[in-house]
Amino acid sequence: MTRSLFIDRTGWIFLAIVLAVAVLVPASNLFLPAGSPFRVPDYLVPLLGKYLCFALLALSIDLIWGYCGILSLGHGAFFALGGYAMGMYLMRQIGTRGVYADPILPDFMVFLNYKELPWFWHGFDMFWFAAIMVVVVPGLLAFVFGWFAFRSRVTGVYLSIITQAMTFALMLAFFRNDMGFGGNNGLTDFKDILGYNIQSGETRAVLFLLSGLALAGGYILCRFIVSSKLGKVLVAIRDAESRTRFIGYRVENYKLAVFVISAMIAGVAGALYVPQIGIINPSEFAPAASIEMVIWVAVGGRGTLVGAALGALVVNAGKTWFTGVLPDAWLFALGLLFVLVTLFLPKGILGVITDGWQRTQRRFRSDGSVPAPVPNAAE
Amino acid sequence: MILALLRRVAPIVLIAFVAIAGPVRAEPVDDALALFATDKFDDTQKGVEELAKSGHPGTADILTALAGGKLFFNPADRMIFYRDASGTLRDARYGAPSTVDAATLKTVRLNNRLRRVVEASLGSADLISPDPGKRIGAAEAIFKSRDQAALPSLDTALANEKDTRVKQAMEVARAAIIVTFPGASDADKIAAVDKIASRADQEAAALLRSLPADTPEAVKTHAEGAVTTIEHKLALWAALQNVAYGISLGSVLLLAAVGLAITFGQMGVINMAHGEMVMIGAYTTFVVQQVIAAYAPGLSEGSLLIAIPLAFLVAGAIGVAIERCVIRFLYGRPLETLLATWGISLILQQTIRSIFGPTNQPVSAPSWMSGAFDVGGISLTYSRVAIVVFSLMVFFALLLVLRRTSLGLQVRAVTQNRRMAAAMGIRTDWIDAMTFGLGSGVAGIAGVALSQIDNVSPNLGQGYIIDSFMVVVFGGVGNLWGTLVGAMTLGIANKFLEPYAGAVLGKILLLVAIILFIQKRPRGLFALKGRAVEA
Amino acid sequence: MTIPSLTPTLLYLNNVTVSFDGFRALNALSLAIDQAEMRAIIGPNGAGKTTMMDVITGKTRPTDGEALFEGHHDLTRLDEASIATLGIGRKFQTPTVFEMHTVEDNILLALKADRRPFRALFSRRTAQEKERMDALLERIRLKDHRRRKASELSHGQKQWLEIGMLLAQEPKLLLVDEPAAGMTDQETADTADLLREIAQTRSVVVVEHDMVFVRDLDVKVTCLHEGSVLAEGTLDQVSSDERVIEVYLGR
Repeated sequence: MTRSLFIDRTGWIFLAIVLAVAVLVPASNLFLPAGSPFRVPDYLVPLLGKYLCFALLALSIDLIWGYCGILSLGHGAFFALGGYAMGMYLMRQIGTRGVYADPILPDFMVFLNYKELPWFWHGFDMFWFAAIMVVVVPGLLAFVFGWFAFRSRVTGVYLSIITQAMTFALMLAFFRNDMGFGGNNGLTDFKDILGYNIQSGETRAVLFLLSGLALAGGYILCRFIVSSKLGKVLVAIRDAESRTRFIGYRVENYKLAVFVISAMIAGVAGALYVPQIGIINPSEFAPAASIEMVIWVAVGGRGTLVGAALGALVVNAGKTWFTGVLPDAWLFALGLLFVLVTLFLPKGILGVITDGWQRTQRRFRSDGSVPAPVPNAAE
Repeated sequence: MILALLRRVAPIVLIAFVAIAGPVRAEPVDDALALFATDKFDDTQKGVEELAKSGHPGTADILTALAGGKLFFNPADRMIFYRDASGTLRDARYGAPSTVDAATLKTVRLNNRLRRVVEASLGSADLISPDPGKRIGAAEAIFKSRDQAALPSLDTALANEKDTRVKQAMEVARAAIIVTFPGASDADKIAAVDKIASRADQEAAALLRSLPADTPEAVKTHAEGAVTTIEHKLALWAALQNVAYGISLGSVLLLAAVGLAITFGQMGVINMAHGEMVMIGAYTTFVVQQVIAAYAPGLSEGSLLIAIPLAFLVAGAIGVAIERCVIRFLYGRPLETLLATWGISLILQQTIRSIFGPTNQPVSAPSWMSGAFDVGGISLTYSRVAIVVFSLMVFFALLLVLRRTSLGLQVRAVTQNRRMAAAMGIRTDWIDAMTFGLGSGVAGIAGVALSQIDNVSPNLGQGYIIDSFMVVVFGGVGNLWGTLVGAMTLGIANKFLEPYAGAVLGKILLLVAIILFIQKRPRGLFALKGRAVEA
Repeated sequence: MTIPSLTPTLLYLNNVTVSFDGFRALNALSLAIDQAEMRAIIGPNGAGKTTMMDVITGKTRPTDGEALFEGHHDLTRLDEASIATLGIGRKFQTPTVFEMHTVEDNILLALKADRRPFRALFSRRTAQEKERMDALLERIRLKDHRRRKASELSHGQKQWLEIGMLLAQEPKLLLVDEPAAGMTDQETADTADLLREIAQTRSVVVVEHDMVFVRDLDVKVTCLHEGSVLAEGTLDQVSSDERVIEVYLGR
């Protein structure tokens, strides 16, 4: 297989759907008349946009878990850091429109008696700087953390637990008012982004489109990685780590590289999430949130990328539905999902679909009287 | 009946007695009280001073009433009355309730100068209160104010004092005055410095540090030496206090982690629902107390003792059920086990929330566990001590079970070589279930103890899960002693970090430290070595 | 390339001791393997054969002693990946191949190439590489199975695939742990042929229990016992040694 064909058929279908959704949803919201049954209502645009961000986040988790066996229970930290970087830019854009109308300091700093901007807030008034930080900060944390962890060969559940401790520690830190990130309340009350009103339908439409493009781009990047020789090494590490060392691969470098890339993708997902939701606060660092992200991937089918994105969509749509209709039942459903998927669906939804598809195909092939259109569609 | 009658009659008898005996036995207090009835500020001031010196037990009440404008005199017979905090009118001489018509009384008037005098005297008035606690409080107040005017009344009080603790406090208060008293000799002052230094606390050090400029040189140098000594003592006590609190926190961690040391340490099963087992133990305690309160109130003092075995059984049974229904299908797949047990933890939390509601449930402590006591400079509550003792008992009981019983032998056999154990006729699946049940049951017992110091809510377990894993991983997987040392080390380290970094930052620092530690020694403090570990 | 060493000795172990909690898995073991030499290591269970391989490949750090490769590379200071890159390949006792990869990809991963992550990310298969892979697959008789997953192979095929991976690394020294285990007689004989062929250009250390196989190899034999060398020489010399008979071969 040559490198130009690194996206398989499922991948092309996935990309087509993502791009179609990315264009059609905002277009129908903007251009169809209010009464049209095909118009996507206003509230649904940021909600679906949120799902797209989660799907991108799920891709980043699948990249390390599905292909390299690194189960991170702290990926919410990278997502949140990306979100905070974007949130800081949006805070600085508020300017004098805040309650205290301070041209430099965001409201919460005035409220907490800050005399001047903390050093780490400098530069976030420029979009390009914030955009770089969206990938640099999560990437740097992943690099430092991974450098320590992988070099000393912390693997398996030990690694999972210390990633969880990492996000827990960050959550405690961000809850503190004197950290300079708004404490409990986080960053919110955003006004505009690059001069466009963040509440307006057009801005939301563009953000939605960007989320879709980011998801497609993230998928292509992940696909490029996993289908390269590097990807094959990752799978080799996942299945037989010490064997991989004995044929000369420095496993820690591979893990570190893919961990950092994954953290950066998660950061981008967070950065797109914040302007659409309108708030970022320390609860995004909660260990429970991170472990929930892992189940998206497990539900969709890990090691497939498309499955991860699918799982994020299905679980979050389920969450939205449950919390609207049966709020108390959601945690039961989520808990059961964890148990049932690990016990009965090790390959996830996508695995069931592909298996079922292959079985049907095989049955038709062995059968002489095949209805003509079906194998054609399959081929 | 008779008693009630007596209670009503007694004051009347008493008043009658006073009416007869009063004029005959003229004591200093009578002279002092008489001065209040002249309606002159100067006399009133003298009255206050005389009263303070008199040693009359009701002095404090009278002066409080005076300060509040509730001291009255009867212009007709010059008797003094006051109204106490509850509004009852009392006779000032004997403190008995009075039936005199309030309309006939006149208020003893105050001006600003008098008010200050009254306040100063009030401080020393408590020196002769019948309540030793109040007397110590008064001595403390004098120690802080170093009011030289209080010296005479302090001396009077000291001469009559019997209680050694009160006496000590008064002597220190007296020394505090003496050390700045212009008339005292250097030798007296140096003795006073020693007396103050015997308190060995922050206030004593502060006092000795801030001696006035005109203090003689010899006294000053002596005071400086005393300050250094105090500071050393204080540092030592602070360290001991940290150790004590650290052991207390460590024993909580030990309780939460010891069950995990079995399921994770012995079986290698990563049970994210471990915290929920603790939570269920706490709720079992709550239910036991509710049932006892409803059906057998007499047993309420022993509710915790009843809750312990029940919590073990309830949590243990749930543990066995989880092992049989879920975990046994996931052996050898630790990451999947982690996710599945996390799902179970969500279900358990939500179940408890549905049954008991999301709010905290009240769990009461037996009376023998309330209160506190002092050891040197450390104050300890009985409940904390009880938890330390209890956690050690649980720990050693568990150690005994694993080391000395046939169940323990089989558990260790299965841990070390599952196939060999199976070949020797050990029912490994039964042992798995029992081991997991044991670990869960111990977590339930931990819940009984934690219900005493934490909020009993569906989220109780969540707060402990990360800490517990840190303890087990830090101590070394598969080693119970490692868990003990790990829990105590983390508990004490946490308490030593707190004063410098604050509670939250201290916890963050500790997490970072453990993360770094795991990098350095991925298998913990007490690691098993050798080829078997690699497999 | 590497500086030609002064002695023809490729691998030199001197007084190597490994102890786990007081138990001495290796006890002052000394061993020298020459360039292009094949050596068979025999010995009872627990004699330290696997531990010796662990020390040579960097998996276990010796408590004491030195381990030199090509006279100047200190193996006790290098990690597994560096040692593999130096030219020491290892085949495990139970065949360890990448089960989820195809036979072809298994060979591709082992093929001598730049091992850095970002080179791997952008690497493309060259014509040379393709040629080498074809030749290797031919040699290990798996050409027809190249697109199959390694997990679908038989036990013997996996053993051969692992040897193929070893060859793909182009090592100077091959450590082969019980290559004949679980093989049919024909496969065993073929494996011995293959190893003899390899040993013409490379050094090979074979750990084996199967005496027929060792005789087939017809090379110098070292017998280990309790972590040190008990006897060394031809198979006939070693197997007539009194102590070897007592601890290993049995009377």
